[in-house]
Amino acid sequence: MEAVLSAAIGILAASGIWLLLRPRSFQVIVGLCLLSYAVNLFIFAMGRLAIGAPPIMPRGGFVNPAAYADPVPQALVLTAIVISFATTALFLVVLIAARGLTGNDHVDGEERAP
Amino acid sequence: MIFAPEHLIIAPVLIPFFAGALLLIYADRQRQAKMLISLVSVGAMLVAAVELLIRSKGNGLTGGNDIGFYLLGDWASPYGIILVVDRLAAMMLVLTALLALPALVYSAAGWHRQGQHFHAMFQFLLMGLNGAFLTGDLFNLFVFFEVLLAASYGLLLHGGGQLRVRAGMHYIAINLAASLLFLIGVSLVYGATGTLNMAHLSNLVAGLQDQQRALFHAGAAIMGIAFLVKAGIWPLSFWLPTAYMAGAAPVAAVFAIMTKVGVYVILRLSMLMFGAGAGASAQFGAGVLIAGGMATVAFGLLGVLASQGLGRMAAHLVLVSSGTVLAATGFTVAGASPQILAGALFYLLGSTLATSALFLLIEPMSREEGGIAAMLALTADAYGLDEREEDRQPEIGIAIPGTLTVLGLCFGVFAMVLAGLPPLPGFIGKFGILRGLLGSTAVSPVMSWAFTALLLLAGFATLIGLVRIGIQTFWASDGEPPRVFAQEFAPILLLVVLLLVLTVKADAAMRYMQQTANALLQPSIYAEGVLGAPRAAENGDAKAEGAE
Repeated sequence: MEAVLSAAIGILAASGIWLLLRPRSFQVIVGLCLLSYAVNLFIFAMGRLAIGAPPIMPRGGFVNPAAYADPVPQALVLTAIVISFATTALFLVVLIAARGLTGNDHVDGEERAP
Repeated sequence: MIFAPEHLIIAPVLIPFFAGALLLIYADRQRQAKMLISLVSVGAMLVAAVELLIRSKGNGLTGGNDIGFYLLGDWASPYGIILVVDRLAAMMLVLTALLALPALVYSAAGWHRQGQHFHAMFQFLLMGLNGAFLTGDLFNLFVFFEVLLAASYGLLLHGGGQLRVRAGMHYIAINLAASLLFLIGVSLVYGATGTLNMAHLSNLVAGLQDQQRALFHAGAAIMGIAFLVKAGIWPLSFWLPTAYMAGAAPVAAVFAIMTKVGVYVILRLSMLMFGAGAGASAQFGAGVLIAGGMATVAFGLLGVLASQGLGRMAAHLVLVSSGTVLAATGFTVAGASPQILAGALFYLLGSTLATSALFLLIEPMSREEGGIAAMLALTADAYGLDEREEDRQPEIGIAIPGTLTVLGLCFGVFAMVLAGLPPLPGFIGKFGILRGLLGSTAVSPVMSWAFTALLLLAGFATLIGLVRIGIQTFWASDGEPPRVFAQEFAPILLLVVLLLVLTVKADAAMRYMQQTANALLQPSIYAEGVLGAPRAAENGDAKAEGAE
């Protein structure tokens, strides 16, 4: 499980960074999306991987903490997802505005001379 | 909500939050009302910040190092989110409010109608800034960073136009990538230590095992990159001049403090986690900060000399200022005397006010050339505003006689502050840094002399650059003097007065900085204070309330 998850994070991050360095603004935004997926998975993995362990403990009585997953990274991931979603949406608007104003989708607003 | 003095700590976050929300309700046409709400909000923020500053000075009993706490939702200390106000945070709050007020007044001269929701975004930016200065939790810091960044994206695009959209796109892309690095760093730190509370971290660092320490260092370094992008350290700063130049004048003026947020966080976290008591982690990152800070100063210096316009020059002056403070932070982390830090904080105060003022001066100074007016007309067209008729009306405002003289004098004051000429605050701050540096044995003489030379050279370059622009504008200009409105003059004069007050009261201010620096070098006071913060419920006080 660890190998699969880390490979997934690695592939997402690598594709994200490659796309981030491309000259088209749409590629940049897809790259940022992929990177944020990688980061979200990474935060989740930082709470250690466990199977069948709920994050919320029952009220009262003796509880064995080892049988439960760490809830903090899960809460952090939720916040991070919401925030990256909102900022990506905002970026998308700017991208469209830039496309409209400059007439092309290069990140610098103009094509580099060949 | 029952008002109690302890709730004042969250006021700098809540005031702009409610003001911003209220401003969204008003239509953009009701500018007078919006302006009034914004002014009231910033005024209230200033009052709250000053009160917090006075409180953080404390009384004789606590040795002048009073730390205020606010437990959100009344959760016990390392588990919940905590707001902490100490001397450094209080100082930054006051500085934010003092910068926001002139920028807001300035926007009344016309900028605030160049686009939509200027005032609401302005308030949310202030909320994010204040929150970032107050919070004592790493993830909460991320949230406040995002609040201020989201508002800054909107503000940077304020006014529209191709230049702004292009600069804005670069700015947003870079900051989104930096935020992702921040998240990776935060989660690594959490994975290694199991806490996000800064004070708790500060206590845990010394006792980490080697394996965890490596992870923790990696996390801290990745987080550091995110903060350094914001602070504009040299190889990560190429976005900054264009973005600051493209921003509308009042926006660029508040942005002057945005680099300082990065510097503030670096300073706070380095002192808490990598101070002398951090065991094997002590002095982590000091070398990077010193080298990076010096490279930033050098880059800013060359940029100042190479700039043709005041806008680009002011943006490079921002770099010089943040590079100086970063290098001074590095020296302090490396174990130099707190005097350097005190000088650097004083310099930070003076230089931030002066760079902010320069951004406000750009437009009145270059108005006669018609460049800005033409651009304004163009951007209004591009933005497709409905209020075209209103914009054609004569601008509301009083043109002031003797404009050029007063503008020139103000410009001279700011140039002297930034170049570090006596007797203004720039000199006092730089002098403090150099005195601390040369008297310190913890720093190798090569480094300290190199930094001294660089700092003096930067002052010299600033002087050359600004004098060149000053001569072009004030002496060698022919034709009509620019028409400047009272709303534009007042904030510039206010900043001049603030700088003069800082000069006259330099003794008191320097003492405050000195004690702030001393307090920063004793992270245990902060950490123990935060971890021992009493819950309201334990006090038999049932007013526990979740404020957010």
